[in-house]
Amino acid sequence: MTRMFGEPMIRREDPRLLRGEGRYLDDLGSNALAAAFVRSPHAHARVLDIDVSDALDVDGLVAIYAYDDLLGRVAEALPLLIPHPSITHPKTPYCLANGEVNHVGEAIVMVVATDRYVAEDVCDRIRVDYEPLPAVVGVAAARAAAQLVHDDVPGNLAAHLVQEVGDAPAAIAAAPHVLELDLDVERSASMPMEGRGVYARWDSDDRSLRVYTSTQTSTSVRMALAAKLDVPVDRVEVIAPDVGGGFGVKIVHPWPEEVLVPWAAMALGREVKWTEDRREHFVSSAHERGQLHHVRVGFDDDGCLLGLDVTFWHDNGAYLPYGAVVPIITSTQLLGPYKPGAYRVEYSSLYTNTVIVTPYRGAGRPQGCFVMERTIDAIADRLSLDRAVVRERNFIQPSDMPYDHQLQFQDGRPLIYDSGDYPAMLEKLRKLVDWDDFAAYREAAVAEGRRVGIGLACYVEGTGVGPYEGAHVRVETNGTVVVSTGLTTQGQGHQTAFAQIAADELGVPVADVVVTTGDTRRFAYAVGTFASRAAVMSGNAIALAARGVRDKALRIAAEALEVDERDLEIVEGVVQVKGSPDARIPLATVAVLSNPLRYAFDEQAKQATQFARSADIDRPPVAEDDEPGLEFTDYYSPSRSTFANGMHAAIVETDPDTAEITVLRYCVVHDCGTLVNPMIVEGQIHGGVAQGVGGALLERMVYDENGQLLNASFMDFLMPYATEVPVVETDHMETPSPLNPLGIKGAGEAGVIPGMAVLAAAIEDAEGFRITRMPISPSELFGLRERFAAGEIPAVGGADESSAVGQVPRPRSAR
Amino acid sequence: MSEELHDVSVVVNGLPRTARVPARRLLSDFLRHDVGLTGTHVGCEHGVCGACTVLVDSRPVRSCLLFAVGVDGAAITTIEGCTLPDGELGAVQQAFMECHGLQCGFCTPGFVTTITAFLDEQPDPSAEEAREAIAGNLCRCTGYQNIVAAVLRAAQIQREITGQAVAER
Repeated sequence: MTRMFGEPMIRREDPRLLRGEGRYLDDLGSNALAAAFVRSPHAHARVLDIDVSDALDVDGLVAIYAYDDLLGRVAEALPLLIPHPSITHPKTPYCLANGEVNHVGEAIVMVVATDRYVAEDVCDRIRVDYEPLPAVVGVAAARAAAQLVHDDVPGNLAAHLVQEVGDAPAAIAAAPHVLELDLDVERSASMPMEGRGVYARWDSDDRSLRVYTSTQTSTSVRMALAAKLDVPVDRVEVIAPDVGGGFGVKIVHPWPEEVLVPWAAMALGREVKWTEDRREHFVSSAHERGQLHHVRVGFDDDGCLLGLDVTFWHDNGAYLPYGAVVPIITSTQLLGPYKPGAYRVEYSSLYTNTVIVTPYRGAGRPQGCFVMERTIDAIADRLSLDRAVVRERNFIQPSDMPYDHQLQFQDGRPLIYDSGDYPAMLEKLRKLVDWDDFAAYREAAVAEGRRVGIGLACYVEGTGVGPYEGAHVRVETNGTVVVSTGLTTQGQGHQTAFAQIAADELGVPVADVVVTTGDTRRFAYAVGTFASRAAVMSGNAIALAARGVRDKALRIAAEALEVDERDLEIVEGVVQVKGSPDARIPLATVAVLSNPLRYAFDEQAKQATQFARSADIDRPPVAEDDEPGLEFTDYYSPSRSTFANGMHAAIVETDPDTAEITVLRYCVVHDCGTLVNPMIVEGQIHGGVAQGVGGALLERMVYDENGQLLNASFMDFLMPYATEVPVVETDHMETPSPLNPLGIKGAGEAGVIPGMAVLAAAIEDAEGFRITRMPISPSELFGLRERFAAGEIPAVGGADESSAVGQVPRPRSAR
Repeated sequence: MSEELHDVSVVVNGLPRTARVPARRLLSDFLRHDVGLTGTHVGCEHGVCGACTVLVDSRPVRSCLLFAVGVDGAAITTIEGCTLPDGELGAVQQAFMECHGLQCGFCTPGFVTTITAFLDEQPDPSAEEAREAIAGNLCRCTGYQNIVAAVLRAAQIQREITGQAVAER
């Protein structure tokens, strides 16, 4: 039987989605009432009065709710989901503004009406009186704290943390070479093609609530709603239907709308649905990436790090419902594959009057990678060394694994790398991109009047964070294998990859396996799909549960066939004696036998009834330590995270006149441990790279000084189309994780992490001056050229093998 | 305040469909909520993402930018109508599956309709033409590489189907 694990199997969810038979949130509840929201046009204001009198005569209006109408715990502030000790002043939003708004887009009034058109008509007729307050926009204003976002949060400081290993300031002071860099990243956002949405049904007879929500965690939404709405947990069902992308933003919960829509459904005794529109997504969901960093690094003549001291400021927006995960991750993951010498990192997470900040694919790692890789490039430049060589000299070696950084990671566990071979990976990447031959390539390009550059960037990604995931596997009496796991799916192909795992473990054809995710009716204990954790966590849980089913199947079959169970194997869904496959019993029949019956409701069931088989009449039909049914539930809970890693290289061309930036080649070498389905993994990398390229060259949230988001549409916020994304050349390495039975490390975020770092390096190499701020547009590059020509910024580069000859003639720098 | 309603009669995927809707009813909402064909997705409602693309009289249009009353009498093809007459996946759909051209699947209907119209005009595109053809649709999952491959594969499948049809004649 072919092993399915590792096969690039075509996805089983595709035919349904390709026929237009997907069931995304807004495809459900065609008879539900529609909700719409009045949202603040001000970044910071007091709400003085809400006048609904003009709205009341709109045909189809059902209800209008403001903060004062909310009851019980719905009127309380939303929870702080991850209460990390670094958070000194937690502030979370109310479901509807409680007297004050803190960002444009904050919800003030909810309207429920017969359809969305009518609901928006009503919103337009509701008048809100505001007393505008000064807005705090950007890290500089937040740090200056001339104005406060929240009156009772001094210095706008939400969270502050220092982690230290050794004495970095002393190590830097004693180092032969010291560099300082300021490195900035602007805001972007997850921006899934489907926004958020919630649809709720209250059954007043059954006193039960069913909620569909476009989420990355249905189980946690269920717990949160039960608590907020004061409904027993076992009366609440939450289902993630088909989800049109998440990329982080949909792990946040419960959103104000996620509480209010079910609450209104209960209050009105009617189905209610809210589907977010694109502008709402821009101004009322979440952003990420905005951080300013200051680096001090000390190193020796070989470029080896002696001490690294990084201070950074994180713009967390108006509230902190998801906690400080992004800066925590930056502060630990920026170390990448390197030994930093002594290390000190300090972050300050600051409130501003802008949309909240929560993890977006990569979750602080792209910024960390940008900071570290820019630093390594600067060291190479200072010492006139090849950039690849400096990296190699600082690598953690395979013989150092497991490598303990002596820091605390985002899950509260020690930051210990489990495995990886960084020198081998760099070698692979150098070959893939022809690093050593780039000088000749550049020379040829320069001869044609073209300007090209090459860069590389390395990262290590903590993946598969706990606490756990679980799975339930059951063999039905028709042979179908039903697999359920609690985490959700938003495009990762879980119905295929998880079926591959279950099929192998159980010895059944993959076509016999059906997978359900994200439905609390089927599996109630789970965490969610984020942090590249689904394949690691649920993949292993499914393997363990399937092994439990297999053990039970062999035991029952051994009894039925009167053989030793150690002589049995399962092949293509049939239990048979090894070497004499005539002695066999289909798994479907084992499933029938696993459930002793009194009633023969069909032909098959007869086999399990009391008179159908001889039994030991002194033993109970179900043994004391057994239970009926061919099924098993198991959980996977790791002691700490796995660590995937990768290296990217890019070749760019910059137009000498227009400063247009074109990515000519983009190469990826990637190690996510064992691959369940290489086709799906590669797809994840392609998508991640596209977001990395977008983040480096296009995507930024543009706020004015009053806190207005100036580009809150797809016309103005630029995401890459097919014409902006390079062809990705990929090579894999497989260093299995020793931490879990399947050796998986996780792949979801990998592609995006080094995007900014590698493109900054390549542009810097093409231009000959330092790139310190991302994203970079052609007009910004043009501006930098002018400053460079004026001697305002120093020259860099010219030290690599790759750039030893044929440099573009450049103006003399002021250094 | 109540809205004036208008009869809209169209042929969707070969079947006549009629509904009474307000003048401001978007074609996307008409198809999704009045006709009940929810395969057409709405990603931005301002004509940029292309998820809502349908074929109106064989031409790809953004259904979020049209009023339903404006297409009265038209023949419309949605993603649900991109299958073969026998209900099997059409060439573009089949190619998307083979090439892993979709992940979350939300933008996919707009790509499939767009590519269907493109291949009608250019049955044998180069890789560059294939990339250009999909450059008006946003996808946040795939990085487009496999969608470009799917365009080329769809063209190949379609040529095979046409070749078979010719051979059978």
